[in-house]
Amino acid sequence: MTQPLLEVKNLVMRFGGLMAVNHVSLDVNEGQIVSLIGPNGAGKTTVFNCISGFYKPSAGEVLFKGKPMHKLPGHLIARHGMVRTFQNIRLFKEMTLLENLLVAQHMHAERNLLKGMLNLPSYKAKEQELEDRSAEWLERVNLLEFANREAGTLAYGQQRRLEIARCMVTQPTLLMLDEPAAGLNPQETQALDQLIIELRDKYSVTLLLIEHDMKLVMGISDQIVVINQGAPLATGTPAEILGNQAVIKAYLGEE
Amino acid sequence: MVPTMNESISYFIQQVINGLTVGSTYALIAIGYTMVYGIIGMINFAHGEIYMLGTYITFIVIAGLTLLGIESLPFILIAALIISMMVAGAYGFTIERVAYRPVRSSKRLIALISAIGMSIFLQNYMRLAQGSRDLAQQSIISGSWSLGTDEISVNLAYMQLIIFVITLICMVLLTLFISRSRVGRACRACSQDAGMTNLLGINTNHMIAATFVIGAMLAAVAGVLLGLYYGVVNPMIGFIAGLKAFTAAVLGGIGSIPGAVLGGLILGTAETMTGAYFSAQYKDVVAFSLLCLILLFRPSGLLGKPEVEKI
Amino acid sequence: MTKKPLFTNLTSALFAAGLTLFLGASVMGLRLKSEGITLGVELASTQTFIELGLAGLIVFLFQLFRDRIPKLSSSATDRIAILAFLRTDKQQRLWLMLTIAALLVFPFTTGRSNIDLATLVLIYIMLAIGLNIVVGLAGLLDLGYVGFYAVGAYTYGLLYTYFGFSFWQALPVAGLFAAITGWLLGYPVLRLRGDYLAIVTLGFGEIIRLLLNNLTELTGGPNGVSSIPKPTLFGLEFSRRGDNTFHEFFGIAYDPVHRVIFLYLLALLLVMLSIYIIRRLIRMPIGRAWEALREDEIACRSLGMSPTNIKLSAFTIGATFAGFAGAFFATRQSFISPESFAFIESAIILAIVVLGGMGSQLGVVLAAIAMVLLPELAREFNEYRMLLFGLMMVLMMIWRPQGLLPAKRPHRELKTTNAEVK
Repeated sequence: MTQPLLEVKNLVMRFGGLMAVNHVSLDVNEGQIVSLIGPNGAGKTTVFNCISGFYKPSAGEVLFKGKPMHKLPGHLIARHGMVRTFQNIRLFKEMTLLENLLVAQHMHAERNLLKGMLNLPSYKAKEQELEDRSAEWLERVNLLEFANREAGTLAYGQQRRLEIARCMVTQPTLLMLDEPAAGLNPQETQALDQLIIELRDKYSVTLLLIEHDMKLVMGISDQIVVINQGAPLATGTPAEILGNQAVIKAYLGEE
Repeated sequence: MVPTMNESISYFIQQVINGLTVGSTYALIAIGYTMVYGIIGMINFAHGEIYMLGTYITFIVIAGLTLLGIESLPFILIAALIISMMVAGAYGFTIERVAYRPVRSSKRLIALISAIGMSIFLQNYMRLAQGSRDLAQQSIISGSWSLGTDEISVNLAYMQLIIFVITLICMVLLTLFISRSRVGRACRACSQDAGMTNLLGINTNHMIAATFVIGAMLAAVAGVLLGLYYGVVNPMIGFIAGLKAFTAAVLGGIGSIPGAVLGGLILGTAETMTGAYFSAQYKDVVAFSLLCLILLFRPSGLLGKPEVEKI
Repeated sequence: MTKKPLFTNLTSALFAAGLTLFLGASVMGLRLKSEGITLGVELASTQTFIELGLAGLIVFLFQLFRDRIPKLSSSATDRIAILAFLRTDKQQRLWLMLTIAALLVFPFTTGRSNIDLATLVLIYIMLAIGLNIVVGLAGLLDLGYVGFYAVGAYTYGLLYTYFGFSFWQALPVAGLFAAITGWLLGYPVLRLRGDYLAIVTLGFGEIIRLLLNNLTELTGGPNGVSSIPKPTLFGLEFSRRGDNTFHEFFGIAYDPVHRVIFLYLLALLLVMLSIYIIRRLIRMPIGRAWEALREDEIACRSLGMSPTNIKLSAFTIGATFAGFAGAFFATRQSFISPESFAFIESAIILAIVVLGGMGSQLGVVLAAIAMVLLPELAREFNEYRMLLFGLMMVLMMIWRPQGLLPAKRPHRELKTTNAEVK
C-alpha cells in the first residue's frame, strides 16, 4: 500500500491541565475525502490547528508526504501544499475579491522588488497569470461578477465559497475545510457538496473536513474519523460509522 | 583609594535599598498598566502622564498648604496623597471616557493612536498650565537612620521608609479590594470574559471605568512619593516613567498584578545598580534593553501565562 | 432616531461640566513658581478662570444637545468631493503634470524664506510617506520613527566628519544604515503583538537620542555635528569661493539663493522618487501582503505568508526613507544635534499620517503641507501646536479614523466583461 498523504500519529494537545486532544491518529490517502466529526467541543478544530501549525502539538507527529510538519510554523506548512479554511471565515474583508485571491497567491508571485519596481515583462506576465487564475476561480465559485467588491460585503454563503476559492488558488495538495456548511441554506449546502466532489475529481485535491451536517458528511466522505472529548472514538467508512454503537452513544448520550 | 571589602558590601546593600525604593514606585505605576491591559487588552499610553500629574498636584498641595501656614508633615503628606488620588482618579475616569471607550471596538491600531494622542495632549496641557521648566521642591522630609554594625552600615532615609510603607499599604488594600469586594470580583470576571460578565447583568463599562480610576490613583500615589523623593517635576517625567513602568509590567508578565510588583522591584534595582557601578547616563538604556530582552526570550514575562491565540 | 427629551441629558451634562471644571481647576487653578530653593503658588490669572468657565459651558451644552448634533462620521469609502476632478486616469495624469510643473517653477517666483519653508515641508512629506508604509499600509504603530531619521542624519554627519564623505556618497549609506537599524530592531519585536511594537519603538527612539547625547566622543554629544557640507551638482559647489563653483561654471553672478533653490529641487526630486516607489510597492505583491496582514494575520499565515518577513519588509523600507530624509536634513541644516530628534518629531509625523489618512499618499502629502505651514503662518498657534496635535489624534480616531482623505481602493480591478461596474 502506498504511503498516506497525511499521517497524524498520536497527536496530543494540552492547554494547562486540559487535555484538548488525546492521542488522536488519522490517515488521509491521496484523492480521498476524509471527515472529522464529533460532538461540539470534541477538539476537532484543535486537531486542525495542530495539523496546520497554528498550535504546537504537545506530543505526536504530523507527517505530510512523509515529511514531519509538527515542528514547522503555519506559513511553512501552507507552502508544502496544505491549506485550510476557518470555522468563522477569515477573509480580508476590506479588500476586494480579486485582491483576496491575489494575496493568496503570494507564494507563487514574483516577489523580486527590483523586477516589480521596473515593471519588467517577466513580472507583468506573472501578475497576469495570477489575475487569470483568480478570475478562473471566481468564475468557478460563481463570484466573478463581484470581483471588484469588498469581500466584507458578500453574503455569508458567498464568503464561504470565496474562502474555498482563496485556498484553491494556492494550488494545494490537501485542502482542510473547517465546517464549510455551517450557516448555509439547503441549496447552498448541495452546491457545496458538488463543489467538494469536483475539487477532488477535477482538481485532484485531497480533502479533510470538519463538518456537522451529517447528510453532507455521509454522502461524500470516503473515510470518517470520530473523536469525542479529545479522544479517538472510531474510524471507518460512512456505513461502518453509522452502525457504530460507541458513536451513537456519544452523539445521543447514554440510554 | 581602593574601598575595603566592608565598604564595598555596604555600598552594595545601600544600592539595593535605593533600587527597591525606586522599584516600588515603578510597581505602583506598573499595576495600572497591567490592570487596564488585563481588562481591555490595550496599553494605556497616557498612564505615565497621570503619574506626572500626581507629582504636580503634590507640589501644588505642599506649596498651597505652606502658604496657609500649615506645617504639620503628616497632615501635608496625607493631604497630598488624598488630593492627588482624587484628581488623578477623575483624570483616569475622563481619559477612559473620552479617548478609549469610543474606540474600544475599533481595530487595535486605532485605539493605540487614540491613546498616544491622549498622552501627547496631557503632556502639553500640563506644559501650558504649569510651564515647561523643571520645578524643584525642597525636600520636606529629610534625615535618615543609620543601620547595621560598625563594619557594614547603610542609610535608610525616612523618605525611603515612607515609600516602602505606603507602597505596602497600597498593595495590601488593592489585594483585599480585588479578592474580597464585590466590585473587585466583578473586575476579575470582566478581565476573563467581558461579554459574559455583561450578560450576567454586570455593567462592563462601570468595571472598566473603575479599573482606570484605581490604576490612576495608584499612579498618583507613585507621583506623590517620587515627587517627594526626587523633589523635581517637569511635564516630561511621565514619558520616561511610563516607559519604565510598562517595562516592569511586561517583565513581570502583563496582566499579572504580582508580576507588576516583582517587575517593578527588579527593574528599579537593575537600574540603580547600573547607575552605581556603570554610568548614570545609561540607566534608561538598561531599562529599554531589558524590555527588548524579555520580549525576545520570554514575552509572557516572569509570572504571566503564555497567551493562546484564538483562531 | 428618536430624540430624548432634554432633561434626561441634563444630569449627565451637569456632571460632565462639573468634571471639566474640576479637572481644569485642579491643574490650572494654582500656578507653581520657583521661590529660591522652594516652590510657591499663586492663583492663576482671571483669564484662565474665564476660559475654564467657558470650557465648562461648552461641555455642558455639548452634552445637553449631543443627540441633536449630526453625526460627523462617515463611511470608509467616501472621498471629499473636491477630488471629483481626479476621477479618471487621464485627468489624474494631467493634474499631476500641472502640479509638478508648478512645483518646479515655484522657487523662481518667490523669496528665499518661502523656498526654505517649502523644503522643510518636503522633508516632512518624505518622512510622513515613509511612516505611512509602516503605519498606514502594514498597520504597525511605529512611535520611534524619528530614530531612523536620526540614524540617517548622523550617518552623513559622522561619515563626513571622520571620512570626508560627500552628500552623494553618504546618501545611499544613510538609507542602508537606517534600513539595517530597522531590520535589527524589527526582527525581535515584530513577532510579537502590535502594542509591544509601539512601546519598543517608543523606547528605541529615546535610546537613540540618549546614545547620541552621551557618546560625546563619537557624536559630539549635545553639541552635535556642525559644518556639514551642502550637496554639489555634479561636483559643482554652491559657494562664493572655491575651485569648482556653480556660478563660475555657468558664468553667472554669485547668489546665495541658488543654493536654496538647488536644495529645494533636490528635496522635490527625492520626494517625487519616493512617492513613485511607494506607489509601485503598493501595487506589487508586497504591498498587497502588507494590507492583507493589517487585516488578518492568521489568514495570512494559513496562506503561506510569513508575517514576520512581511512586517519586517514594511518596517525596513519605512526606515530607509527616514534614513534618506535624515541625510537630506543634515545637509540642509549643516548642523545636527540630538535635540532635533526628540519624540515630539515622531509624534508630529504620526499626526500627519493620521490626519491625511492612513495608507493614502495624497492625503498624507496634503496633511504634511497643512501641518507644517499652519504653525508657521499663525505664530501664536505655535504654543498650542502639540496640544492640538494630540487632541486631533484622539478626535480623528473617534470620528474619522480613515483620515481626511482616505486611501483610494482598490489598487487593482478586474476588467472583464462579467465583472459588475462600480
